[in-house]
Amino acid sequence: MSINLEHISKSYGKIEALKDISFKVHPGELFGLIGPDGAGKTTLFRILTTLLIADEGKANVTGFDVVKDYKNIRKSVGYMPGKFSLYQDLTVEENLTFFATIFGTTIEENYELIKEIYVQIEPFKKRRAGKLSGGMKQKLALCCALIHKPKVLFLDEPTTGVDPVSRKEFWEMLKRLQQKGITILVSTPYMDEAALCDRIALIQGGEILEIDTPINIVKHYPKAIYNIGSKDMYELLQKLKGFENTYTMYPFGEFVHYTDKRDDFNPNELQQYLEENGLKEITIEKTKATIEDTFMELAK
Amino acid sequence: MKRLGYIIQKEFKQIFRNKSMLPIIFVMPLIQLLILANAATFDVKNIKFGYIDYDHSSTSRALIEKFHASTYFNVVANYPSQKLANESMQKGSVDVLLEIPSYFERNLQNEKFNNLGVTINAIDGAAAGVENVYVTQIIQSFNKKLMIDLLQVSDQSQVQPINITTIPSFWYNKTLNYKTFMVPGILVLLVTMITLFLSGMNIVREKEIGTLEQINVTPIKKSQFIIGKLFPFWIIGLALLTVGLIISKLVFNVPMVGSLVLMYFYTSIYILVVLGIGLFISNFTDTQQQAMFIAWFFMVIFILMSGLFTPIESMPKWAQYLTEFNPIKYFVEVMRMVMLKGSGFVDIIPQLSKTLLYAIVMNGLAVWSYKKTN
Repeated sequence: MSINLEHISKSYGKIEALKDISFKVHPGELFGLIGPDGAGKTTLFRILTTLLIADEGKANVTGFDVVKDYKNIRKSVGYMPGKFSLYQDLTVEENLTFFATIFGTTIEENYELIKEIYVQIEPFKKRRAGKLSGGMKQKLALCCALIHKPKVLFLDEPTTGVDPVSRKEFWEMLKRLQQKGITILVSTPYMDEAALCDRIALIQGGEILEIDTPINIVKHYPKAIYNIGSKDMYELLQKLKGFENTYTMYPFGEFVHYTDKRDDFNPNELQQYLEENGLKEITIEKTKATIEDTFMELAK
Repeated sequence: MKRLGYIIQKEFKQIFRNKSMLPIIFVMPLIQLLILANAATFDVKNIKFGYIDYDHSSTSRALIEKFHASTYFNVVANYPSQKLANESMQKGSVDVLLEIPSYFERNLQNEKFNNLGVTINAIDGAAAGVENVYVTQIIQSFNKKLMIDLLQVSDQSQVQPINITTIPSFWYNKTLNYKTFMVPGILVLLVTMITLFLSGMNIVREKEIGTLEQINVTPIKKSQFIIGKLFPFWIIGLALLTVGLIISKLVFNVPMVGSLVLMYFYTSIYILVVLGIGLFISNFTDTQQQAMFIAWFFMVIFILMSGLFTPIESMPKWAQYLTEFNPIKYFVEVMRMVMLKGSGFVDIIPQLSKTLLYAIVMNGLAVWSYKKTN
């Protein structure tokens, strides 16, 4: 097992950040922690990277206990905190050399691993890290986290605040790193990224709601979901809220995702209700549940 | 060793890249040294002097003339009445008032005794004390002359009064130049201030920008990181001392009687104390602002209780015990001893051993309280 958590709990004063968390991450797996801000993702990362000691429970990373063998863990994991935390006043090259030196290695030694990513920022290697764009900062941070060839990579919200193109690139990079045998634990608040993981854990309020592959998680969704569209989005939401059989409804892109309380729901009935209420250009069609739908359902 | 070397190299790079940092480190202290050493004088001069002469005799005029002649007093006004004189004292246009009563001269000749009224603005107690001494000196010398005059008039055969005069010889600072006294002290402050603030804020800064978190997940050793962080400031402290000493010599011509090697030896240990305090502060704060305020709190107490501006001997007993914990006190003492008196290694052993102990305790505490995990 690459990462193994057993009944981990952590409180900050009266606030319970993590409640009895247990899960396993297999070697070479790309595991996603999906949850909103404040769900406890960062706390979990800090416990696994030996920065924080849990109140209860046991955890180990690559076979080392996070409390007793923290020294070995620090040698064999890479951590990229959510906040950009490299030296802004050092250049790209200096940052990389600094982390390589601290880990007792050199850029040349592990160049193979970071090559693909590093070539993209190499033209700017004399530029100070603070002057890089958001996407390039992410790439540099990833290089720094990889420079000592870690067995496990911890990425805490790596794509928050990064443009869609860079986000896509970033996930492609993660996929390639995974192929090189690195176990990756990544957290994200974006549900669309969850689908790219091997397995995901949905986390909220310090508790794990569900752990499974993205496909299975979606399958578990109990209800039929309908995409409802109309010209006047606001009116549509208001009217759906007033409908007696509405089970859930929330805006999803240009549509509203709707589920009905009853199992034998007839879309025509709803269409009629909405038309009576003066809505125009109504479309109702069945759609597949997404991870976001599942999350919303589980988090209720 | 390679790691440590690179951390030190990195720190220096960061210090020298910070455009606002370099002037703060080197230019500001020197400007302070130049300004403070010239301005922080204990001499009381240009005293605003006023008088009320109810007597209008030749003797009273002769006494006033004495004040005119003094370089310390500026005779600003002659008041016709006590009321007007008090008003100007209230306004602050006069600091010392001399009241010569009516029949001053006549009573002096008849009764050989008289009183003068002296009023001093004592908001600044220390200055008032000095002013009192000046006034007394002038009146005494006037008195002596008067006595001789009176004696000559009344009885020629009477024995001359015995006069005891003292001729002081001022050691270590022959001309009583206050700059000789102040410059080494101010230099101490500057070295302390800069090294304390820089070291106190440095690690907090890494906390603030989040790099400490990244560093903490690396196999770097606590000792390597701390030494790597503090060593540059140790060097900067010694560099500051060097620049300060050069200025003391060239600009203020402060004598350097003692051994420079001894001074550097002591300073190198002293800076360890300051760095230890700085590190300790940064361990218990989360932002540079907090660190700055705490550093200031200690700095102000250290400065005021260092014996630099006020002698420790005149503090209350409890305060004197407190000064035992003030590293600046020892540095000021050693600096003055070595520079002005030429004290040797044996003479500074008490200060040196206390400083060394302080350094060990402070750094021990700092390293102990520095945690990579929280």
